[in-house]
Amino acid sequence: MNDMTLMDKTVETQNIKIAAKDVNVYYGDSHAIKDVNVEIEDNTVTAFIGPSGCGKSTFLRCLNRMNDTIDICRVKGDILLDGEDIYDKRVDPVQLRAKVGMVFQKPNPFPKSIYDNVAYGPRIHGLAKNKAELDEIVEKSLRRGAIWDEVKDRLDAPGTGLSGGQQQRLCIARAVATEPEVLLMDEPCSALDPIATAQVEELIDELRSQYSVVIVTHSMQQAARVSQKTAFFHLGNLVEFGPTGQIFTNPEDPRTESYITGRIG
Amino acid sequence: MPTFWLVALLIALSAAGFYGGRRRAIATAAGNVKDLHSLPSYYGYHVALAAFVPAIGALAIWLLAQPMFIENRVSGMIPAEAIPESSSIGLVMSDVRRVAEGLDLAVEQGLLTAREARNAVAGEQDLRALMGEVGVALGSKVRPEVLNAAQAYRNLSHTGRIAMTVVVALLALGGFAFAYARTHKDFRARNVVERAVLALLILAASLAILTTVGIVLSMLFETKNFFGLHSWTDFFFGSTWAPNFRGGSELSILPLLWGTLYISFIALLVAVPVGLFAAIYLSEYASGAVRAFAKPLLEILAGIPTIVYGLFALLTVGPALADLFGKGGLLGVEWMTGATSVLTAGLVMGIMLIPFVSSLSDDIINAVPQAMRDGSLGLGATKSETVRQVVMPAALPGIVGAVLLAASRAIGETMIVVMGAGAIAKFSANPLESMTTITTRIVSQLTGDTDFASPETLVAFALGLTLFVLTLGLNVLALYIVRKYREQYE
Repeated sequence: MNDMTLMDKTVETQNIKIAAKDVNVYYGDSHAIKDVNVEIEDNTVTAFIGPSGCGKSTFLRCLNRMNDTIDICRVKGDILLDGEDIYDKRVDPVQLRAKVGMVFQKPNPFPKSIYDNVAYGPRIHGLAKNKAELDEIVEKSLRRGAIWDEVKDRLDAPGTGLSGGQQQRLCIARAVATEPEVLLMDEPCSALDPIATAQVEELIDELRSQYSVVIVTHSMQQAARVSQKTAFFHLGNLVEFGPTGQIFTNPEDPRTESYITGRIG
Repeated sequence: MPTFWLVALLIALSAAGFYGGRRRAIATAAGNVKDLHSLPSYYGYHVALAAFVPAIGALAIWLLAQPMFIENRVSGMIPAEAIPESSSIGLVMSDVRRVAEGLDLAVEQGLLTAREARNAVAGEQDLRALMGEVGVALGSKVRPEVLNAAQAYRNLSHTGRIAMTVVVALLALGGFAFAYARTHKDFRARNVVERAVLALLILAASLAILTTVGIVLSMLFETKNFFGLHSWTDFFFGSTWAPNFRGGSELSILPLLWGTLYISFIALLVAVPVGLFAAIYLSEYASGAVRAFAKPLLEILAGIPTIVYGLFALLTVGPALADLFGKGGLLGVEWMTGATSVLTAGLVMGIMLIPFVSSLSDDIINAVPQAMRDGSLGLGATKSETVRQVVMPAALPGIVGAVLLAASRAIGETMIVVMGAGAIAKFSANPLESMTTITTRIVSQLTGDTDFASPETLVAFALGLTLFVLTLGLNVLALYIVRKYREQYE
């Protein structure tokens, strides 16, 4: 699509939202992430690319401590969100996840109505004082998830009854409803058809104005289309990190070039 | 020829058929196995099956039908006046069978020649003493009618036996020859064997169903007899359970049903929360080590025989409750007179059902996709919020099914209530009183001296059938709910 114009895209702000320093992750005995240093900027879409099993999803899940739910997983090193270590003992992972929202690979709406799906986060965090406010949050979130027009007449219908692409946009709306500062997306389009993918990508680009978005993707075209910064992971190492245009047109590391041109992967 | 040898012969024939069929198939393909439609052993199986299956089927049917047929014929030979006053045709027939058997044994042991046995005349020899020698005890002297009938019995069984051997052998050889002749390299032996496998599986499945049907039918017949002797309005709508073997009993199911449902209700009140919370802990919170240790431990509870739970109720729980609520007890009240009560049985039965509820619920909770939990945790929900608001609603239909299955077990439970609940049938809302259930009354009506012509005994079948209908209904409902739930994630 518009791959080549990407280089000219300006990165408006330079605020560092998340800084990772010397992060190592172990699953039992296997060393999944090795000494990763990365700085993720605010109001930017950062893409993580790399072959399967390279650790990009694992690293993404470190950013909101979703790896805590896996018993054998250990994380070493510092990850700072707005300058504060998220692995500090005083940090409550539950609070952190409200700030760093997540959208998963497979759409996973709860077996509840569309309304209740979106209202779930605001309800558990007490974001709405009354029903009217909650209604407002739900509508705003669904609009931001670019799905309001499709579901506004059937908010009481079960979320599981929507099509795959609609479900994924519902999940994005659900994540947005808790008003996170960072939105993590783990291959959000891998279960979607091209039309739904295009809709979600368009949405990601819009979300950039308010959030810092980190997206893991297998599709290099997608990374090129939606992101401003790209990080290339290989075998647990962060091989290269830089502006998307540069990574795709003029990579410094030979491994990055091999991957982008399809020789490894 | 004894049946054993006949079966051995059939097996030998089908083994020969296997090798014969195999060899012939290879021969028709001129030794080139690749030209065969099926693998050589399929041709072997085909011939072996054709030789074995029809023959063994005929044998089985013959063995079942022959005694019935002979019994029918021989009992028609006994004149009505030959049946003593105090006896019945059934007793005379069993005499006939024993005399026939005794004669056969005597011939076998060389005490009589076959000819002597055939010509034996009542009164001429001391047949009773002779029978005693071969180990067949007779109650009285052999009467001529009985002896005649016994000879006819022997004749018929002898002929039947020969006919059976001939028919079975012919079927086996015929099947063998037919299959052997069909064996050719283009013959689709593999498909035929596949059909035979299908038939075997269908047979196995229908056996289970037929047994159920048989059980229900036998209960139905006896229940029908019961309602012939006792009014159904008293059974279903009466208010008293007072069986009296001298007659004039009041046999109403309602007090028993009340006791059953009350005890089951208390059992579920114990088992459902505890079992469910245990399942939630094990599937959502417990670490791998705890789970590996605690889950089998919890399931051991399910392996304890219910009679042991009954002892526990009788010796531990009952006295403990009596100490609390009884005369001079800790609470200073006098609500409980003995150790047996609805509460005793209900509590112990609840403990018995805990593993049942927990292991079924655990499976159902585990079946809720991890993506649901991730989605909720990713939004900043805590674990218990996730369980309460996402996992439980998703698993609820399945859990309801598990609870209904537990309920139907509670309703059918016998030993714990026999030992823990007492034996008094009454309507009372006080859980500290003794009550009784349908199952324990079935046991007590059928133990000891029973007369299968009195309503006091036959009521057991009516009770059993009602219980069966009740638990069947619950199971069907549970399965329906569980199945409906499954569709959501597939």
